[in-house]
Amino acid sequence: MTTNDILQVGLYLVVLLLLVKPLGNYMALVFAEAPNRVTRFGGRIERVLYRLCGIRADEEMGWKRYALAMLLFNVLGVLVVYALQRVQQWLPLNPQHFGAVSPDSAMNTAISFVTNTNWQGYAGESTMSYLTQMTGLAVQNFLSAATGIAVLVAVVRGFSRRSAVGIGNFWVDLTRSTLYVLLPLSLLIAMLLVSQGVVQNFKPYVDVPVLQTSTYAQPVTDAAGNPVKDAAGNPETKPAQLTTQTLPMGPAASQVAIKMLGTNGGGFFNANSAHPYENPTPFSNFIEMLAIFLIPGALCVMFGRMVGDRRQGWAILATMLLIFIPLTIGLVAAEQAGNPALHGLAVDAHASALQAGGNMEGKETRFGIAASSLFAAITTAASCGAVNAMHDSLTPLGGLIPMWLIQLGEVIFGGVGSGLYGMLAFAVVGVFIAGLMVGRTPEYLGKKIEAHEMKMASLAVLLPCALVVIGTAVAVMLPAGVAGIANPGAHGFSEILYAVSSASNNNGSAFGGLSANTPFWNVLLGICMFLARFPLAIAMLAMAGSLAAKRHVPESAGTLPTHTPLFITLLASVVIVVGALTFLPALALGPIAEFLMSGH
Amino acid sequence: MKSIVRPALTLLLLLTVITGVIYPLVATGLAQLVFPQQANGSLIERDGKPVGSVRIGQSFTDPKYFWGRPSVTSPQPDNGINSGGSNLGPSNPALTDAVKQRIAALRAADPGNTAPVPVDLVTASGSGLDPEISPAAAQYQIARVARVRGLSEAQVAALVARATKGRQLGVLGEPRVNVLQLNLALDASQTHGT
Repeated sequence: MTTNDILQVGLYLVVLLLLVKPLGNYMALVFAEAPNRVTRFGGRIERVLYRLCGIRADEEMGWKRYALAMLLFNVLGVLVVYALQRVQQWLPLNPQHFGAVSPDSAMNTAISFVTNTNWQGYAGESTMSYLTQMTGLAVQNFLSAATGIAVLVAVVRGFSRRSAVGIGNFWVDLTRSTLYVLLPLSLLIAMLLVSQGVVQNFKPYVDVPVLQTSTYAQPVTDAAGNPVKDAAGNPETKPAQLTTQTLPMGPAASQVAIKMLGTNGGGFFNANSAHPYENPTPFSNFIEMLAIFLIPGALCVMFGRMVGDRRQGWAILATMLLIFIPLTIGLVAAEQAGNPALHGLAVDAHASALQAGGNMEGKETRFGIAASSLFAAITTAASCGAVNAMHDSLTPLGGLIPMWLIQLGEVIFGGVGSGLYGMLAFAVVGVFIAGLMVGRTPEYLGKKIEAHEMKMASLAVLLPCALVVIGTAVAVMLPAGVAGIANPGAHGFSEILYAVSSASNNNGSAFGGLSANTPFWNVLLGICMFLARFPLAIAMLAMAGSLAAKRHVPESAGTLPTHTPLFITLLASVVIVVGALTFLPALALGPIAEFLMSGH
Repeated sequence: MKSIVRPALTLLLLLTVITGVIYPLVATGLAQLVFPQQANGSLIERDGKPVGSVRIGQSFTDPKYFWGRPSVTSPQPDNGINSGGSNLGPSNPALTDAVKQRIAALRAADPGNTAPVPVDLVTASGSGLDPEISPAAAQYQIARVARVRGLSEAQVAALVARATKGRQLGVLGEPRVNVLQLNLALDASQTHGT
């Protein structure tokens, strides 16, 4: 690692920690039960919305009603996004005249965006109309993030309330997340991104002449637009003159802002945040990276305030950093060390004042090694899934770390809301294990953890693990699954393992060589994304319902304090042990095998 | 159940209007007002006509131009409507072969230059549209471009220096050279009578 690598990572962490406290305090006011200066300010707009929707804002929901409202709202969202893609050819704001998206791809994309995964089997700039992007995909970027925050707030109320029947009102939590948190921050970030060169317009694509004309092999298509193949089955090509370049346009900045802030990750363009119109400068990259961790970090602070003990929030945040920082350093070091396969060639991959060096395949010059590797760690620790470098081309160990960060259950910051409620499930498991050691009924935040809570927490911890392992097994056993592989050997297995891990933890990034826009992959990953999102959220709401009903247990000499370095270490160990025991065998067949064979 | 269906439907509709229509329109309005150049693609204009974008790389294979990052977009390199990288894994022999071919092409265009090639000049970018190369990759090409164009290396080096940007805020990202701007400046320096 170079000095600058360390500086860039260090600066990021410092700025992040400076921002999460004020935002967390603000969010605690947004979701506070008593009216305050924040909720009074937006109260007028809220009341208009509630009246139009027939919502009684003071209605307290039990966990079942809360879960039902959440599920119904999201299923409706899936149907709308699906329908928009299927009829976009007849709707306005489609200057490139894109046709309807295929049914399996449209369903996959709809589930993908509603579940906050943003796995993308399609290429944005050649598939989706501006209308579909704005009113379908970007809307779900907001609403899936707002859903995550709402569920988290309800789970936190489970701990903070005493002998209560309700855990809040889903409509109010959803509306407040959107209006008070996501919208203003998105607008601010969108403007910062535009200032750096992210496009924001409704123009058709622009043709420009190229400075140097050249020839290239153009695929031949028949009258229906299908590729023509020669006798050997290879696509036929004809030489063509390259005289112009088509520049894509569109309302990108507004969508990219919420894509990062809501840990969604779905790119406006195919290359995602590697695209120069989506992430044009190192500063825009810094803003995008901050936006990913901003809300998941701030939610820890909010959590501490809502349960009446700020140390509890900082302890969770410290646990996340304890796992995140060493893995990030490992990732940067692996990429800076470069690709051993190129060592024998006449290539200069040493870091110097004039170049980043290292493994530059799939990376952008402006980001180099540090800003690309840090981004890769952040986007997979959080369930964002945006990429500014192609993860498929990372070195074996550099690719292992993002994959494992995903497999840890997306609780190291994780998704907006979902990351913290996932981590709280691990915390419940943690105090249970500690309780077993001393033979006491475990408590967390003044609530007794009993059989029902343990069942729900175990479900939340184990469900994504099961989906990854079973889904990968299914994919490697079926020809339709293996057909998608792009790279030979162990790396091909890594592509499948990464795809199923990504979908089953609602991340959305990929080892992009895998050809996943096929009916098999669209269906398999669609199922994984749906099951990872909603059953898990419902399990946590069920836990919240039973916790809220419990009485507060006063702290005693036998209570395990959950804000100490001891507990932080315990919690990090639980996350690591579950992740290592479950996935080391699979990782050994993929990135570890590739590493051992690559001549180290 | 009915008491949940109506809020679900209407709230979805209203929040769609707010986040899917009003928000992008406000963002577009503000962007067009405050940063029109950036919001419309950072186009470079010559004689009032766009000749490219500062942000989007073009393909160069002529020895008289600086070459950019290899692009593997299909069917042509630097295809603006099909962004993406090679997705070749580090152990894939196809990656090693591609790098070897790129080294051979650079050396064929510049016989006698046996220096090792800066890595970013022989590895494909992530977007396939990377507009920039490292200063090392620019320096590697200065002698060739100067020779083919009949310019002195100092003249070309001065143009390279002008197209070079340092780390943003002194820390972020990497130093880099904008290839299209540099090549436009090279052409301009010779048409406007040197």
